[in-house]
Amino acid sequence: MSDTNDIRLIKISVPAQPDRLKLIRSAVAAAAETVGCSENCRMDIVMAVDEACQNIIRHGYKNDPDGAIVVDVRRAGDTLVIKLIDYAQPVDVEKVKPRDLADVRPGGLGVHIIREVMDEAEFKKPPEGVGNLLELTKKIA
Amino acid sequence: MGYEVRKQGNYSVVILTGDVDLERSPDVRKLLLEQIGAGNGVIVDLSAVTYIDSSGVASLVEAFQNARKRGSDFALASVSQAAMRVLELARLDKIFTIHASVDAVKGG
Repeated sequence: MSDTNDIRLIKISVPAQPDRLKLIRSAVAAAAETVGCSENCRMDIVMAVDEACQNIIRHGYKNDPDGAIVVDVRRAGDTLVIKLIDYAQPVDVEKVKPRDLADVRPGGLGVHIIREVMDEAEFKKPPEGVGNLLELTKKIA
Repeated sequence: MGYEVRKQGNYSVVILTGDVDLERSPDVRKLLLEQIGAGNGVIVDLSAVTYIDSSGVASLVEAFQNARKRGSDFALASVSQAAMRVLELARLDKIFTIHASVDAVKGG
């Protein structure tokens, strides 16, 4: 018997293109709303997923429009778990670090935003054939 | 796309609307740098911005720094709740000059 507290909400594959980010945001916001996330909680989750997808587009696929991003959103108990899968070259996790905000300059804010708004953000060992697997989690509030 | 530019006193008021994301931020960056390059002080009205991401914020930071180099004014006004959340996360709410409304800008 399946555990009704652990359910998949969406799993979609989207072209890794800037004009598809709105679709991803809409789908993730709807999934978060389905499980009762407040507006602030939804806003944070959407922001983190958007920033992570941007990094995949710009740094993973280096703006190659033929790439794909798989967005897999599940509820696990009282937590929303979002897996972002890409097929780009594996990232050097050591190099994915937030920058010093005292250094005011354009760019480099994405990782900081993700870490600020999510409870956890971690690159997991990707399955065979997958480039990167980033898992984001946040308690439903 | 979602923007409008109008003159108000010594300023160009750039009104951005909707989502300012990776798709739109290159156009926003270009627009802001053009206005600054034309020698105008710039006020960016963010009241109708429903979402702004780090690329949109980067466009604002670049414009702000460009204006400062030229000795021009650059400010934000009527910042929506969604936009303010990102500015606060990036600790930029203390860096930008932020006005409650475009009309509140002196000389505007």
